[in-house]
This record gives sequence, structure tokens and C-alpha cells, in this order.
Amino acid sequence: MISVENIRKQFGGFAALGGVDLQIAKGEFVALLGPSGSGKTTLLRVIAGLEFQDSGVVRFDGEDVSDRPVAERGVGFVFQHYALFRHMKVADNVSFGLSVRKRGERPSARERRERADELLRLVHLEGLGDRYPAQLSGGQRQRVALARALAIQPQLLLLDEPFGALDAKVRKDLRRWLRELHSQMGLTSIFVTHDQEEALELADRVVVLNKGAIEQIGTPEQVYTQPATPFVASFVGENTVLPGGVHVRPHDLEITTDGGHAVVVDNVFRKGGVWRIEGMLQGTDTLVELDLDAAQAAPETGSTIHVRPIRASNFTG
Amino acid sequence: MTSPPVRPPRRRNVIPGFGLTFGISALWLSIIVLIPLATIFLRSAHMGLEQFIAVGLSPRALEAYRLSFGTAAAAGVVNAIFGVVVAWVLVRYDFIGKRLVGAIVDLPFALPTAVAGIALTAIYAPNGWIGQLFDPLGIRIAFTPIGITIALIFIGLPFVVRSVEPVLADLGRDVEEAAATLGASRWQTFSRVILPAIGPALLTGFALTFARGVGEYGSVIFIAGNIQGSTEIAPLLIVTQLEQYNYDGATAIAVVMLLVSFGVLLGINLSQVASRRRMGA
Amino acid sequence: MNRNPVSESRFARAALITIALLFLALFILLPLFAVFSEALKEGFDDFAEAVSTPDALAAIRLTLIVAAISVPLNMVFGVAASWAITKFDFRGKGFLITLIDLPFSVSPVVSGLIFVLLFGANGYLGPWLAEHDVRIIFAVPGIVLATVFITFPFVARELIPLMMEQGKEDEEAAISLGASGWQTFWHVTLPNIRWALLYGVLLCNARAMGEFGAVSVVSGHIRGITNTMPLHVEILYNEYDFVGAFAVASLLAGLALVTLVIKTVLEWRFNLHHAGARH
Repeated sequence: MISVENIRKQFGGFAALGGVDLQIAKGEFVALLGPSGSGKTTLLRVIAGLEFQDSGVVRFDGEDVSDRPVAERGVGFVFQHYALFRHMKVADNVSFGLSVRKRGERPSARERRERADELLRLVHLEGLGDRYPAQLSGGQRQRVALARALAIQPQLLLLDEPFGALDAKVRKDLRRWLRELHSQMGLTSIFVTHDQEEALELADRVVVLNKGAIEQIGTPEQVYTQPATPFVASFVGENTVLPGGVHVRPHDLEITTDGGHAVVVDNVFRKGGVWRIEGMLQGTDTLVELDLDAAQAAPETGSTIHVRPIRASNFTG
Repeated sequence: MTSPPVRPPRRRNVIPGFGLTFGISALWLSIIVLIPLATIFLRSAHMGLEQFIAVGLSPRALEAYRLSFGTAAAAGVVNAIFGVVVAWVLVRYDFIGKRLVGAIVDLPFALPTAVAGIALTAIYAPNGWIGQLFDPLGIRIAFTPIGITIALIFIGLPFVVRSVEPVLADLGRDVEEAAATLGASRWQTFSRVILPAIGPALLTGFALTFARGVGEYGSVIFIAGNIQGSTEIAPLLIVTQLEQYNYDGATAIAVVMLLVSFGVLLGINLSQVASRRRMGA
Repeated sequence: MNRNPVSESRFARAALITIALLFLALFILLPLFAVFSEALKEGFDDFAEAVSTPDALAAIRLTLIVAAISVPLNMVFGVAASWAITKFDFRGKGFLITLIDLPFSVSPVVSGLIFVLLFGANGYLGPWLAEHDVRIIFAVPGIVLATVFITFPFVARELIPLMMEQGKEDEEAAISLGASGWQTFWHVTLPNIRWALLYGVLLCNARAMGEFGAVSVVSGHIRGITNTMPLHVEILYNEYDFVGAFAVASLLAGLALVTLVIKTVLEWRFNLHHAGARH
């Protein structure tokens, strides 16, 4: 169980974290979601011991680890750009954590190689142990980085933008596979992302951060359907703000014949199984986005339609 | 007009001036570098192998090579160690006067070698500032191989610092952080991760120091003592041969020195290419 | 306690900085200090006298002449070679670059030797030159040749990486707008490379004025005629005129310091320039 209590961290005059509290249970898969500068990476690095908080406490299983150096925290950390050791073969990269142990606790060279091969099998890279990182693709490097982090048998796995540098297809495959690995190995995992889709798809719980503070903690379902703040409503998922602070998703708007808001249609295009209609709220410059079942006829560009929210979040003040 | 000896640019290029600039370069290079350097090999080819070996590998010459290569290697090792420390301090730490220190590193590039030579001799002679500290202990620095090594350390330091500095600056912090998260101590991180990463650059710096040291003349002759068989460096032997109008002797020694220097540089370049290919830099 | 995972303890930092500074002070600064200290040991009058003897003045004049000839020659070569190498693709480009660097890895003494082998009394062209009463070795032309050889790479070395990085789009744009080759060079290329050019010329000049080994071999050490400043330093030193030797040496050391200052200022400007150019 990881517990973060009232963590504050300043960089110069900039408050990266302004009193953050967070509890994470064993076996959870948690996403730290937010825009850049929200403090999500700083929080991850504070938990790892790569950064030290100005005040507040980090506990692992109830024990205060705030002063414990990173090398002794035993967390697996996967870096955004993998940070592989370029001069070492893949197998040596993976077994690095074992080879720097104190004499006596250090496995023999053969055991280390066996352990490395085992981990490489786990991440589906069997047979690539004698390559150098430069000879691998981005997705393969990512998995080497993961195998390397897992080699020290961490209880806690931390991932900084784990899929940020990969192309869309590889990213999708890796996500599913990471999810499986997490449950299979019984890990507690925290990952940082700015991609709400990734957070919603992968995590058990999503922590939305903004400007160094937590806006909402909840399941993907809660964060999406019951955003706690206007920031969450607009950052997670697409969102139109109607007069009176009403936040509504494109698929939660319907066309009506009586009443509702008048919208002048600007643009209509197909988006998967629906028509996406973009238009301006009549007499204003508020953009309204609305999804309409593609089986229905799409409204003409330039015409005026009337829309009404089916479901919305209302934030006043 | 006959066609030019070199192929014109393969792709069509709108920028003019290839003929002019390439012509100037090739002509100048031939007159100043290629033809003069070729004479040295031409001359040694005339000598015949037996005569070449007799002068080029005479006992006196062998002593001189041993001294020159030995002191150059020793200076290279000292510079490799302290050069990394200096580069590290310049890249990683902030302190007052850092810019000044950075500029001072280049002094050996700018200071004429003869000036360095007489200054070092004045300092390390038995009555000099530092020499007099060691003289009572029975240690002589000037006019011994130690003095030669010190002069070569002076000459070579910037090569190591300037080779290592950019690589150290480019080394990602995340790689060091990764080592730390895997349980490595700071020293393990340095020796297992940082040192191998700057290794190729360090080797280049060492090789440049070495190659420069083997051929160095101005800063060394004043402090060397120049006693045949013990403190006579190879370049001095060439000068001595020339003063006796023994061109063949001078040529043979020069060829041996050139071959060893080129051999070292070539070997190191090849190993760099190999490691760069592996590491994909 | 050191908590930053990628830094050293305060103690280790202080120790490393101290080691680096001591090493530099002992091996680099002390010799420089010794030059000025020895030069002024007997007071300023002796110093002034030593640098104004006829032989010293002749040496200063010769050094300036040699630099005035060899630096412009290598500047023209450096610009031409960089233009050919960076603006065009041709076979053997890598070989050309290697050849340009070659003088860096040749011993100064060998650099002098090759010209003696070519033009000396027993050299390949020696008899012919003697017949026509042309003196190269033990005369000023030999000193210039050796200096040009030694300082050959400096300008090209500074320009090639910079011009490589800048590419040739600017020049192509100028040509497409109707500029001639010369106009393009003067108005587009030269402004882009002027600081690097100055930097290369500066280093080239420092080396040209300070070269000892190569010049020593070809000069013949004729006082007042073929003695450059570094050679004059040697003669005075070997005659045990230490104040005189260090006095002339201090002029050269002064030149080195001026070179370093301008170099540092240029590097400082360069960095600003580079940072600005990225946007």
C-alpha cells in the first residue's frame, strides 16, 4: 500500500505540487492524468525517490520512506525515453540491477543471464539478449526497459509516459499487454499520461491532476460520467459548455423539434459509426459538438438545428 | 581543355563555384601537404630496407622511440584521469570563475610551445619553484623523463578535456537515474554507466594526447636534457641527424614515428566506428 | 546527506572541484605565471631593453611577416575547401577531409623535415634551386612554407562543421532569386560564417606566430634574418640570457592570452547565436 500525504514541492518559484494526498492499494493499476505542468511526473518521481518533496510524507506499507534514497526503495521505474544503457547488450541491461547488488547477495553471472533470458521471454523478446539497444525498434526497447525494471522484483512499478514515444498501432498492442502483465505478476503500478483515452482504457483508478493539485480520483467510469470539476469535464473526453455552466458530451446531446438551444451547423463529417456535427450556438461563438447515429440523415451545412442535453454535469460558480 | 580529373557533382546543383573552390583546395593541398609528405616516403623507398632498418631501428633510435612513446603514453594516462575530472567539474558543477577555468584549459593550444618549454624548465629545474622542493629528496624532474612527461601533460590536457566535455554534457540524466532506481550506488553508476559512455571520447582524447606527445618538440627540448640514450626524444634525434646533413637517417626515424602515430590514430578510429555502430550514436 | 540520486555529496563535489583547480593551477597556470615573473625579475627596464634589441626587433618583424603571408593564404584555402566540401557531393570527400586534418597528426619536426627533403641542399629540388640561386631552406620562404603546412587545417576545421550544419538552402534561395555566385557568397554565406571564420583565423594566427619545431628545422637560425620570435627565445635561452629569453617569451604569452580572451568571447557569442538560431 502506497500512501502520499500532503506532498509539497517547489521548483524555484513554481509550485509543482501543492499539498497532494493519495492512497493506492496493493495490486491497483493507477493512472496519473493531467496536462503538462500539472505535476503528475513530479509526483511519480517523488514516489520513486528521484525527486524529494519539500514537505509531506511518502509511506510504503505504512513505513515512512521519505528519506530513503532511490537505490534502496526497490521500485521499478520505466523512463519515458527508456534510458537504456547503450553500451550494454540487452541481457546486460536487464540484469544490471542484479549485478550491482552487494557481494553475497549478487547472483552469479550465469544466474543473472538466466534471469535476464527469463524476463526477456516474459516480455516476448526471447533470443534478443545479445543485441544492443540501438538494434531494436521503439516498442522492443520499451519492453527491454520494462524487463530491466522488473528484474529487481519490485512491488511497485512506476511508468513515466510509457507509450508516449511510440506510434499508434504499437501503442495499442503494448497497452493491452502491459495490463495483462500487471495482473499476472501481481504488481502495484502507477503510470503517468497526458492521454485521457490511455488512462481510461488501462487504469483501475484515474487521478486527474491540474496545476499541482488533484482534481478528482475515481474509476474511469466515474471520471468520465461524473466529472467533479469543470477542469475534469473538459480535460477528460470531449465536451461542450452550454450557457449556465452545463458541460455536455457530444453523444449526450439530441436533436429536438421543440425548444432547446439553436445551433447553426458549420461542418458535418463521419466519425466511426456516427455523424459528428459541429456548429455555433446561435448568436454566440460557442462551439457545439454533437454525435448523431449514422443511420439517420445528417443535417445540411448552414441549416439551424435545435439541441437538448440528455445528460450533463452542471457546475455553477 | 581536357576533362577535369574529378567527377563533377553527381546530382545537379544550382550553387556555382565547385570548379573554383575544389580546384583551389586540391591545388593547395597538393602543394603544401601531399607532395611534401610524399617526399618522405619517396626518400625512404630509395634507401632500401636494410639501410632503413640500420638507421631507423638503430639502438640509439630505439632508445629515443622508447622514451618518446613511453612519456607520451604516461602523459596520456595522467591526462585521461585528470582530464575527466576537469571535464566533469566544468560540465556538472557551478562555481565562481567557471568560465575563466574553461578558458584556461585552452591555454596550451594558444601558448607557443617554446614559451611553455622554457617556463616549465624554469619551474622544475633544481633551483626552480617546484624543482627545489624535490631536489633535497634526491628527485630530479627537469632533464629527466619525469620532466618530459610533465611537458607533455601540459601540451595534451586540452585534447582530453575537449573530447570528453561534449559527450558528458549530452549524456542523459535519465540513464543515471535508471541506474539509481535499479539499486546502483553513485560509484557503480559512474564506473558501469557513465565511464563506458564517455569511453570512446576518452580514448580519442588519449590518442590525440599520445600522437601529439610523440611528435612534440618545442615544449620538450628545454626540459629534456637531451642526453643520448636517456633523455633524447625522437624528434630531437631527427633534428640532430639533419644538422649532420644525414637526410636518410632523419627520414627513416620520421617514417617510423609517422607510421606509429598513424597506426594508433587509425586503430582508435576503427574501434570508434565499431562502437558507434553498436551504440547507434 | 546526499539525497539527489544523480549528484554527488557536497564533500565529493568540493573535492573534485579542488582537484581540478589544483591540477590546472599547477600544470597550466604556473608556467604562464613563470613566464611573466622571470621576464620582469630584473625590473621593467631590463625587460624593455631585452625586447628592443635589434635582433629582437628583427625577430618580431619576421614573425609578423610570416603570419601576414601564411594566415591569409590558409584563410582563402579554408573558405574554398569548406565551400567545395559542404555545398557539393563528390567522390573522395571523406578522403579530402582526412587530408586537411593530416598536418595535425604530423610532428612539427617532420613538418620541417619534408621541406628540407624537397628544397634543401641535398633535397630533390636542391641542386636546381642552387643553380638558379633561389634559397628556400634557411631563408624566409622555407619558414613561410613550414608555417603554412602547420597551420593548414585551422580555418577549414572551424568552417566545415558549421557550414555542414547550415546546409545549402540559404544559398539556393539566393541563387533562385537571381544572385550571382559571388553575391551569394558575400551577402548570404559570409555573414553566416563570419564568427567561425574569425575564430579559425585567430587560432591559425596564434599558431603561425608561435610555431617552433617546424620553423626551427627550416630556418637555419640566422640572427636578424631567419629568426622568428620563438627561435629568438631559444637562442637567448641557450646563451643563458634568461631575462631576454623570458622577455621575448612574455610577448608571445601576451599574444596567447589575447587570443584566449577573444576566443572565449567568440564562443560566448556563438552560443547565444546558436540558441537564437534554433527558433
